Amino acid sequence: MNNKAKEPLIHLTKRGTVPVRTAIMIRIIAVIIALIVCAVVTGLTTGINPIEVYSSIVSGAFGSVRKTWITLQDVSILLIISLALTIAFRMRFWNIGGEGQVLMGGLGAAACMICLGDKLPNAVVMILMLISSLVLGALWGFIPALCKAIWNTNETLSTLMMNYIATQLVLYFTILWEVPKGSGKIGIINQNSHAGWLPQLFGSKYLLPIILAIAVTAFVYVYIKYTKHGYEVRVVGESPKTSVYVGINVKKVIIRTMILSGALCGLVGLILVGGINHTLTATISDGRGFTAVLVSWMAQFNPFAMIATSFIIVFMDRGAGEIATRFDLNQSYGDILTGIILFFIIGCEFFINYEIHIRNHKNKEK
Amino acid sequence: MKKLFSLLLATAMTVSLCACGAQAPAAGADASAETSEASESGEKLDIKAGFICLHDENSTYDLNFITAAKAACEKLGIEAVIKTNIPEGQECYDAACELADQGCGYIFADSFGHEDYMIEAAKEYPDIQFCHATGTKAHTENLANFHNAFASIYEGRYLSGIAAGMKLNEMIADGKITADQAKIGYVGAFTYAEVISGYTSYFLGARSVCPTATMEVTFTGSWYDETAEKEGATKLISDGCVLISQHADSMGSPTACENAGVPNSSYNGPTDGACPETYISYCKIDWTPYFIDSITKAAKGEAIPTDYIGTLETGSVVIDHFGKNVAAGTEEAVEAAKADLIAGKLHVFDTKTFTVEGAELTTYMADVDTDANYEGDHEAIKDGYFNESGDGMRSAPYFDLQIDGITLLDTAF
Repeated sequence: MNNKAKEPLIHLTKRGTVPVRTAIMIRIIAVIIALIVCAVVTGLTTGINPIEVYSSIVSGAFGSVRKTWITLQDVSILLIISLALTIAFRMRFWNIGGEGQVLMGGLGAAACMICLGDKLPNAVVMILMLISSLVLGALWGFIPALCKAIWNTNETLSTLMMNYIATQLVLYFTILWEVPKGSGKIGIINQNSHAGWLPQLFGSKYLLPIILAIAVTAFVYVYIKYTKHGYEVRVVGESPKTSVYVGINVKKVIIRTMILSGALCGLVGLILVGGINHTLTATISDGRGFTAVLVSWMAQFNPFAMIATSFIIVFMDRGAGEIATRFDLNQSYGDILTGIILFFIIGCEFFINYEIHIRNHKNKEK
Repeated sequence: MKKLFSLLLATAMTVSLCACGAQAPAAGADASAETSEASESGEKLDIKAGFICLHDENSTYDLNFITAAKAACEKLGIEAVIKTNIPEGQECYDAACELADQGCGYIFADSFGHEDYMIEAAKEYPDIQFCHATGTKAHTENLANFHNAFASIYEGRYLSGIAAGMKLNEMIADGKITADQAKIGYVGAFTYAEVISGYTSYFLGARSVCPTATMEVTFTGSWYDETAEKEGATKLISDGCVLISQHADSMGSPTACENAGVPNSSYNGPTDGACPETYISYCKIDWTPYFIDSITKAAKGEAIPTDYIGTLETGSVVIDHFGKNVAAGTEEAVEAAKADLIAGKLHVFDTKTFTVEGAELTTYMADVDTDANYEGDHEAIKDGYFNESGDGMRSAPYFDLQIDGITLLDTAF
């Protein structure tokens, strides 16, 4: 042995700015490795040809015109919730109350459809549905924001707890409006009169959420990037003290941003109740208020990247249903594959942020 | 770094290739299993059947449907497409339409909340037959291709009740309890007619052999909530109930009973695997006869009944497996009562066997049609008994009376 200090086999250095191409390459490699690991797991545990599994995942999402529409509709819903949360996340306000805000929006829409559906002209009912969904969603964002602004309460806890209140409220009204008595189900609201059903655009059941999602994406992008409000949100997130110094009213920004975040979630409630399901259940949001947190983080709060991340989640979920049907595998199997893929996608961020150096003897000899 | 990745890639590729190669024979076996057998009558039915299930086989409720669907389709020699984990929302409509797009001529959904969405799909695909279990709307919707189905499970519960009543008698004879302490506990889901019909028939069965029996009922507000069901059963046991049954799908209540050593009658499937000491009996609906009947009719273009009621006679109501600790002579007593029910000599809801607010029932308007007014619209008392799931009414239960001897602890749901 010589006297030189021992150089470790592997050492890490933080990368500076990563070229976009390198970052994309690393992500593509991560997805490929994830697919290979999934293939190995599938082959070893189920004995089904992984290629067949992959092809049926694709056909589950895009196998027919209808399936493609449903996939796009589901992506739109998840995307709007993610965008709504992102506005708050940009402020480092961890709004994990998307679930409750969506439910409250849905409750507002359902209340108008049930109580006013046959009494007022359809256009008026729809306007009232829109207003009540946005207001109730906004209210569910406003309450935790107010507590944060006044008492500096932990918003992660308060937004989370608001979810449970929303769920219980929806359950209460479900029992109040149930048909038939005792069934615990509201069923399709105004199934014959279609009062309060949001209009079908160009004769398509699926188009409305997609168009709204495009509009919301554009809005959120412009809002956080180019408006004064968006700038204030960022400054408050980076440093509340700086905001005070430059004369931003931090309390006002917190409350205003959460009202917007909650209202956008409320909009999703309106779409789910008035446009898609035409009923209200406590599970109508189906955990998407939480999934959206993941979608937003994975996209690093970038509205356009969020289109991709929400697509991956929905694509895998639709595929999971298809492999459950086709190979008699449990739906959970698809979830396992999704878990593996997400593990690699999130894990590869490490390789984007850090560079690995492996001890190289050739260099030393020179 | 490139080298490292290419090495990784190459290794993983090799491994996955090996895995694929090893699987080839298994895939072949699958294909041969798919080749259909000839149907009973020798002629092959030309139809594909689609099934929509609320959960997957981990729920006893859905497992019961999945098992029957596979058995029926195998017997008929036709292809079955089973979609699991379909929520009671627009997803059900989407799933039904996807099945229709795939060429299914017969589509079935298993959960109550699927009904409205099946109706929407049925309106859109008039040439496809849509069948729905536990639903209430087929007789008022006037759609030629939408049908409801249920079974006279109240008869199965009544027989299960007899087994439970005999167990109570044994406990009284052994001096474990006095005759006045013969209190049964029941964990229900909602104050829905199907549940009320279920616990009342079970209670009447028990009281037909143990006259001093009483009952307490609690509701969980969910068809599947293991924790709530376990808590419900524990609450009933600490309230002095010496025997428990339930109308909810999880193992919560049987497990609580096994832990406390309290006898339990189960539903949908036997639970003696996990609860060998306390299991008495189970009853369930076997959907195979209905699937065979309705799929055959759909394939041949014959009319499917608007409301189908499977019975003990059609093999749709099953009670066939008793626990090791049942009272002596239980099986014989159940068989005798079963024969009487089939022969029409015995009626579960015989108005002479129960009272409502102290009086015998001579007339009752039941809420058979589903609408926002919870009002009675059909006379249900016929020839001295409550005509549950009767002809010209609907297949799903509508017995929603509060009879004397049963106490509801809570009615929040």
